[in-house]
Amino acid sequence: MNSRTRSTIAAGLLLAFLAWLILYPLVLVLIEGFHGPNGWTLDFVRQFMGRKHEAQALWNSLWISVATVVLAAGIGVPLAFLFWRFDFPGRKVLSGLVALPAVLPPLVGVIAFLFLYGESGFTSLLVQWLFRLDEPPWRLQGAAAILLVHAYSMYVYFYLFTRAGLASLDAALFEAAASLGAGRWRTLRRVVLPLLYPALAGGALLTFMTALASFSAPYIFGGGFRVMPTQIVATRLNGDDQLAMIETASLTLLALLALWLLRGARVADNPAGGRKGVPPALVPIRSRAARAVVALLGWGLALVLLLPHLTLLLVSFVPVGTWTTEPLPPAYTWRNYLTLVQDPVRARPLLNSLWLATGATLVAVAIGLLAGILSIRQRVRAGGAIQSLLALPWAVPGTVFAIALATAFSVHAPLAGRVILVGTLWILPLAYLVRNLPLTSRAVAAGLRALDPSLDEAAASLGAGRWRTLRRVTLPLLRPALVAGASLAFVTAFGDFVTSIMLYTYDTRPISLEILSSLRQSDVGVAAAYGVVLMAVSAAVFAVGAEQGSPG
Amino acid sequence: MSFLRLERLSKRFGGTVAVDQVSLALNRGEMLALLGPSGSGKTTTLRLLAGFEIPDSGRVLVEQDDVTGLEPVARRFGMVFQHYALFPHLNVGQNVAFGLESLSVRGEELQRRVARALALVDLAGFAERRIGQLSGGQQQRVALARALAPEPRVLLLDEPLSNLDPALRERTRREIRELIRRVGITTVFVTHEQEEAFDLGDRVAVLRAGRLEQVGTPEDLYAMPATEFVAEFVGRSSSIPVTVLGPGQRGLRVSFESVEWELNDLSPAAAPAGPARMVVRPEALRLLPPAPGTINGVVRERRFTGSASLYTVVTDGGASLEVSGPPRAVAAGDRTGILPSRRAGGGIHLFPAQAG
Repeated sequence: MNSRTRSTIAAGLLLAFLAWLILYPLVLVLIEGFHGPNGWTLDFVRQFMGRKHEAQALWNSLWISVATVVLAAGIGVPLAFLFWRFDFPGRKVLSGLVALPAVLPPLVGVIAFLFLYGESGFTSLLVQWLFRLDEPPWRLQGAAAILLVHAYSMYVYFYLFTRAGLASLDAALFEAAASLGAGRWRTLRRVVLPLLYPALAGGALLTFMTALASFSAPYIFGGGFRVMPTQIVATRLNGDDQLAMIETASLTLLALLALWLLRGARVADNPAGGRKGVPPALVPIRSRAARAVVALLGWGLALVLLLPHLTLLLVSFVPVGTWTTEPLPPAYTWRNYLTLVQDPVRARPLLNSLWLATGATLVAVAIGLLAGILSIRQRVRAGGAIQSLLALPWAVPGTVFAIALATAFSVHAPLAGRVILVGTLWILPLAYLVRNLPLTSRAVAAGLRALDPSLDEAAASLGAGRWRTLRRVTLPLLRPALVAGASLAFVTAFGDFVTSIMLYTYDTRPISLEILSSLRQSDVGVAAAYGVVLMAVSAAVFAVGAEQGSPG
Repeated sequence: MSFLRLERLSKRFGGTVAVDQVSLALNRGEMLALLGPSGSGKTTTLRLLAGFEIPDSGRVLVEQDDVTGLEPVARRFGMVFQHYALFPHLNVGQNVAFGLESLSVRGEELQRRVARALALVDLAGFAERRIGQLSGGQQQRVALARALAPEPRVLLLDEPLSNLDPALRERTRREIRELIRRVGITTVFVTHEQEEAFDLGDRVAVLRAGRLEQVGTPEDLYAMPATEFVAEFVGRSSSIPVTVLGPGQRGLRVSFESVEWELNDLSPAAAPAGPARMVVRPEALRLLPPAPGTINGVVRERRFTGSASLYTVVTDGGASLEVSGPPRAVAAGDRTGILPSRRAGGGIHLFPAQAG
């Protein structure tokens, strides 16, 4: 058997596996939504159309996502321009702090906001105490609360994409524009913005998809305000499984529509990839007053960005039941952390999340590597299909995939490729794996594309076989891409809430679920301690990823 | 008995024929240049040799050994890539050792052979350097050392000089030539630059659109081009349409723009009577004041090249001819006449006019 045949067989097997794992569950969801006890039916679609709050939830999802894009762009883009163009005191430190929200997993960010701005959070207690109010001054609820959290956590996408886009612009472009008589505004409009379009569209797409799929914020803050992901979970809890399928399909449709509208977007996990230009010289801000204003605004911003992290840290030292109406907690203790380590029941979610995320990440990296080598290096015919399947879970909200997997693997029909995994140890790692695949495979693909194929040929002409080439040449050179993809995947799986809440079992309960249950028992200290652990591990993994991932 | 033979090699990519029935034979230790414009199939031919592409038909033989279907790994052909393809995560010594390790060379023997290969390219003591610390010329020599270290049967070079800046090229060319002579390895290299092909190649194979146009020594190609393409591609020349009138007293009579020339270098058998294309080297023509029998025109441009100048003359009929002459024979804008040099020395070739 020659190497070509072997590649083709491997590609066929991989394609079949991915189709079974990713496409098949989604197709089953569609089928169930259009299939009743008496055969094919549109009953559930009619039911969906007939209920007012279904349309309302879909509309809410749409406008919340669009509003999030606008808010995130409004914060992220100007910040990126500011750091790219101007020099001011503290610029270096601040430009590092700007990415801080990225180390807060979704649910952790939400509870940090709850402790900080919620009705019994620091700020509202402080205001209440200052002005001697009887009632909390505001309630952190509904669309406004969701948008606040979204804007905080998602402007980072716009910031990073815009910075990367700006970094690829060469100073010579601006000199050329100036020498052709273009003023500052014309240069911005005719040169900078068109060149920045792929980056901006990429930021918009990522923000829109994340906001559309966002579950934690609407789940905690929504109250009566439903968006589609929370609506799906509620419908499913009611037992209206088929209606949930139609809801799932409608949400998927919305996601695919966005993908189509923004098809010129640069879709990359590592927006910094690509050509680097020589940046134009920074413009120092000279006027004393302007410097003071910028410094004040800058440090104010840093404080706002850091407050959720600090809040979480502070609350994690609060003993259970001691903090009620005081603006600051009256007592502090190490006990919450000790509990996490010493109490086997409390320590379990931590270990669960660790092994689930590690396992799912390793397998996702291996599959991404195999897929990348087959489709980009060996150029097998199924390569395009393999890469599309791998990207699919990115375009489909997590709730949708959770439903799809729960549907596909709740029936024992081995001949139809279905086994019962729901309620077992395996469903959650499988779900994490599906959600991780786009992250790792895209990183591997980008890494492989950047590698000169003649390196492989050089190894072959020097007598190195396939494995030796992989081990000695390809893997070492891919390391930055592998580490980047793996750390992103690990952090996503480690902090996952949206798929976990629908698929976890008692034995696999992850940290996020334990945070939720601690919160329900008003044990804010332990909830925050879990949150701090999540945050610290995420930050550490990102730091290692950045360190290892940088070439050289 | 030739050492390396390519027998009627063909390769298509989709609908296009990249290599079309190419046959070549090299003696042991010979250096062959594959010369042609881009898209001529020279790189594909080299990749067929290396085993990176499998031919649709034809064979590659080393002595009596048919290697056509052999994986690159098993061929024991060394290759120097256009962008060198040095492994950036390994240092110079590790790069050179890579192919030796494939042959299970270990320990002291490995060290010795790495050192010897590096000494061969004048990079003794560079083993610990990182690839990124080397200049372009040094990288090229490391690539050569790496390819030569396992003592391959054949050395393949893909555009070996294209990545160097022009000032370095001539010196590097000389170094490569000397090195390969010293090692005595049978070598095939690809280039699109005629000067490189002539300087390095014992023989040159000219390719065009996947077909072999002609193979021969540089002198043969220059003096006896087999086709109009070779005549134009190899060396400077101008090509003009003429009418062959037939044999005269001293040579072949041709007419061009109502002027008649008798070309004494050409045998009457060079072309049948009728329309033809005449390819002329600049040194096969001379400039003189317009007179009976001269082709007349206006000097459009003069390019000074040191010992002589190249004049571009646009004839009254609108054709363009390049003529070599003394540095300041005429100035741009002058009217001039053109005649064949007294000793054209094989600089004028006639080819049957192509249809269309």
